[in-house]
Amino acid sequence: MSDDVQILWFTVRVALLAVVLLAAPGLALAWVLARRRFPGKALVETLVALPLVLPPVATGLLLLKLLGRRGPIGRAAQALFGTELAFTWRAVVAAMMVMSVPLLVRSARVAFEGVSPRLEAIARTLGASEARVFRAVTLPLAARGIAAGLLLAFARSLGEFGATILVAGNIPGRTTTIATAIYNDVQTGADDSAYRLILVSAGLAFLAVFASEVWLKRRASA
Amino acid sequence: MTLALERMRLPLASFSLEVDAVLDAHVTAVFGPSGAGKTSLLEAVAGLRRPDAGRIVLSGRVLDDAGTGNHTPPQDRAVGYVTQDDTLFPHLTARANLRFGAHRRGAEGPTLDERRVIDVLGLSPFLERRPATLSGGERRRVALGRALLSRPDLLLLDEPLSGLDRDLKERVLEHLLRVRDEFPIPILFVTHEASEVAALADEVVLLESGRVRARGTPGNVLGQPSGGHPHG
Repeated sequence: MSDDVQILWFTVRVALLAVVLLAAPGLALAWVLARRRFPGKALVETLVALPLVLPPVATGLLLLKLLGRRGPIGRAAQALFGTELAFTWRAVVAAMMVMSVPLLVRSARVAFEGVSPRLEAIARTLGASEARVFRAVTLPLAARGIAAGLLLAFARSLGEFGATILVAGNIPGRTTTIATAIYNDVQTGADDSAYRLILVSAGLAFLAVFASEVWLKRRASA
Repeated sequence: MTLALERMRLPLASFSLEVDAVLDAHVTAVFGPSGAGKTSLLEAVAGLRRPDAGRIVLSGRVLDDAGTGNHTPPQDRAVGYVTQDDTLFPHLTARANLRFGAHRRGAEGPTLDERRVIDVLGLSPFLERRPATLSGGERRRVALGRALLSRPDLLLLDEPLSGLDRDLKERVLEHLLRVRDEFPIPILFVTHEASEVAALADEVVLLESGRVRARGTPGNVLGQPSGGHPHG
């Protein structure tokens, strides 16, 4: 049971960290895709969607090539910070982030596109700087879609399996998440433990969705 | 205030708008049929659309110069713009909408007291409400107050009375007249209704197919004060 708590706590923490780290660049990318035209845009859109269409295991393998000891990012991290990436909690976060990118960017982009450029233009005629237009008009009007995207990203991160198992492995107490633990339990015949984890993760997902629904309702009627 | 449109040319979808005029009346109407380019003209003065030739100069300050590529962005113009469509911020109360532009930096227009604007436009009954719960006329008045409180040097109004039923039209017109008489802010408005020109304007510019066809006092340009439609 204490193992379950450890796994649960670890998974929630890394998933939250993944979403927090992804939020700013993900929203920036979504905004650029919604509001700007530039050469190579189709390429960027395809790259963003890639983790959604590739088998997660393939994404994991690519990540391993990048984050591994001989990979470009892995070597840079070693040289700069003296830390390993692959098969550590950092790789779990990286896998969750990459797998969540398409969900967050897609939701946020649709949300940004739904904000009338006309309202932004009027805000400018009222003296608002670009930063204030974004903060006071675009962001609050896109809040629902952004919140939905962040929630989707968090949910996706909680359940991430394929990429995680390749790039971070399943090291008890270090990289084991709910999903990899369930897989492991089933493989070793510990079905009771697997069902317990399933129950816990279902409860967690329920709580997250429920909390966000309540929050959105409160915002809408405020 | 003088607004000089010096050989200004605006590329539009099917033709280009060309205006060469110096406007210096307190209230100027741009009068013409729909599709004449009236809204585009306002958008250019507000800085939301760039001319591809000529200059826009407001009280000696060059806002646009197509020759040098100089373009002052809308946030640095101090030109208030009340659009024809509803552009109140839906997530803010009427009061928060009003205050949105109230603290613009570098505004040089006259300081207006918020209470006075609320009083003149009759906004106090619904200040805490969101735009979705306001009537069309109430939304117009909030938008007008919001533009006024941003302390503009020039106020642009796009078809300020269109889309309102007759009773509402008269009420909003009353408020517009009070704004005109009580606040020292020059107004440039566009309309396709001769009666609005006669009621509000000191000077009128007749615009058709992107060209100025006539200019003068409402009486001169329209004939009788409640005169005809630009198409007859």
